[in-house]
Amino acid sequence: MPEFTMVDAVGAALAHEMARDPRVVVLGEDVGAVGGVFRATDGLLERFGPDRVIDTPLAEGLIAGMAIGMAAEGLRPVAEIQFTGFLMPALDQLANHASRLRNRTRGRLTCPMVLRSPCSGGIGALEHHSESPEAMLAHVPGLSVVVPSTPADAYRLLLAAIRDPDPVVVLEPTVLYRATREEFDDDGVDAPLGRAVLRRMGDRLTLVGWGSVMPALIASADELALEGVLADVLDMRSVAPLDREALLESVGRTGRCVIVHEAPLTAGFGAEIAAILADRGVWSLLAPIRRVCGYDTVMPLARLERSYIPDAERVLHASREVLSYS
Amino acid sequence: MSEPPTAGWKVDESRGHDHAGVHVGFGSGEVVARFEVRRQRALDADGSPVGDDVDEPREVLQALYRGMVRARTLDARAVALQRTGRLGTYASCLGQEAVGVGAASAMEPDDVLVPSFREHAAQLWRGVTPLEFLLYWGGDERGSDFAVPRGDFPICLPIASHAPHAVGVGLAMRLRGEPRVAVCVLGDGATSKGDFAEAVNAAGAMSAHVLFLVVDNGWAISLPRARQTAAGTLAQKAIAAGIPGVQVDGNDVIAVRRVVLQALEGIRQGQGPALVEALTYRLADHTTADDARRYRDDAQVRAAWGREPVHRLRAFLAARGWWSDADEAAVLSACRDEVDGAAQEYLDTPAQPPEAMFDHLVARPSASLTAQREAVGGEGNDA
Repeated sequence: MPEFTMVDAVGAALAHEMARDPRVVVLGEDVGAVGGVFRATDGLLERFGPDRVIDTPLAEGLIAGMAIGMAAEGLRPVAEIQFTGFLMPALDQLANHASRLRNRTRGRLTCPMVLRSPCSGGIGALEHHSESPEAMLAHVPGLSVVVPSTPADAYRLLLAAIRDPDPVVVLEPTVLYRATREEFDDDGVDAPLGRAVLRRMGDRLTLVGWGSVMPALIASADELALEGVLADVLDMRSVAPLDREALLESVGRTGRCVIVHEAPLTAGFGAEIAAILADRGVWSLLAPIRRVCGYDTVMPLARLERSYIPDAERVLHASREVLSYS
Repeated sequence: MSEPPTAGWKVDESRGHDHAGVHVGFGSGEVVARFEVRRQRALDADGSPVGDDVDEPREVLQALYRGMVRARTLDARAVALQRTGRLGTYASCLGQEAVGVGAASAMEPDDVLVPSFREHAAQLWRGVTPLEFLLYWGGDERGSDFAVPRGDFPICLPIASHAPHAVGVGLAMRLRGEPRVAVCVLGDGATSKGDFAEAVNAAGAMSAHVLFLVVDNGWAISLPRARQTAAGTLAQKAIAAGIPGVQVDGNDVIAVRRVVLQALEGIRQGQGPALVEALTYRLADHTTADDARRYRDDAQVRAAWGREPVHRLRAFLAARGWWSDADEAAVLSACRDEVDGAAQEYLDTPAQPPEAMFDHLVARPSASLTAQREAVGGEGNDA
């Protein structure tokens, strides 16, 4: 069975779907000859040619807007925005057009596009190269937002995103692009959007997260296991739609929840999860809900990013506090 | 020589304070680029032919005339409905009928119109019905579910943000080798936006099948064309992006149709995108929520009435003996009947049920969305 890093997995999913579906085209800055700044589209130009692997002029709003036009005309565009910091000009197109086209035309025109963007910190990147905007995007009705944390998920969620009849944003944590290798078959099987997955099964505590922080959650659970405390580790994988059932099921069993994300605390997506638990899971709760998140500061430059990004130490601290309620 | 703008700089018929002639640099340098922009017209303001003879068939010209009168009739009814509280805020196309009819009459059915929000005449010509039109402006999404131009984009209110869509549509056409074109209509204000600059640039760089039709009606709400940009023409913004730009008298439906036909033909043959700047005048307020008397002189508007497009074509047709008072009465009556019927049908159309908010959001609604749909109208949305 072949082994993939996450960035290999992204490329494999693109190649698989381009071979299967002639409507699929890849577009963005430097996606062709260079193969993308992270090499996610490496080899696609040679294999599929310049009509399907399209280097665009340098304009992020344009890239998203063009993808909308291409999608409405029957193609299946997969656009790349080089970093999430540069996604903001495209937010206008996502919020005002991509997510609305089906609704505004009562289904006459649709927008089956994917917008991929490497996200989050942890690689000592430059300013504006380490943002985590999932909550901002999840607040846009009509938009799906997925954040894989493993190579296989990156592959299977991207396939699902391309096959979805509506717009999907895929945020790919750069820190995980080459962090691990995983064996799986390049079999074209997708993973449905909006389904969480349990990475660890326990009974005393639920650690909830997605994307870049998942290794810290798993490390925390493994550390707690050494102390005899078994924790659920729930990888939401998709913040929109959100797998509320999986969340309520897990916390219903464990009675304690620590929510972890790299984006700033206030109005982060963890607030939505806490609200769901307060609303629908309150009778199961044995302890206050804790959030371990990025601070309400600007994402710092490289020298301080380790102080900003939630790590296992902070997750363990919050976990022990929550576990102290009996 | 251009004078620097000052707070009190004069706003008049001029089309900008072009600084481009100012010499920058040392010595004389060598000339590496030159450009020129031509303005085209077929009729003067009184309807007399200018230059080449008008050889369009009588039936074509009569149809153009009917199209303009039809748009103006519906437009007037929409304003009246708004004034009597039966339609939402409305953007009138009064005075701009020739741009819409001229351009749309040059398009093929399987071309794609990507309009801004004042292209009523073009939309009607393409097959959008008066009922659909009134439904949209009356606040009903079903008005954008066109039965006929199925591939046309809906009206775009955020300025210029539809220009990238047209590039995507036109690129898809080029990639599939189809002799089709996306026609993107924008206003003069839209040419100040990054979306416009990005779109014309990308269309040129990628040879997308796009025609940009810039409707310069003199005003972006209250900002006159002269203060929108220092550029002497808007067409030259296309030239900066490496695509041809031409001006046309936008109140001359024959000229608009000719220029757009010729441009579309070139694009279909793979010559790359083009931009047409149509010079017209917004005779109405920006919308029914606007009062243009706060920022422009009545004298300017009265002068613009002397150049308006409907009278101009009628004068030409009458001079040729191709239009009689009886023809005029018949057209007005037919348009009035059609609009009466559409207005009544619009007023009789019940609002969609609240559940309709959910029904077209996504193809595969989440459990949460479905639960909210079931709870709509009930006790909040806390599903």
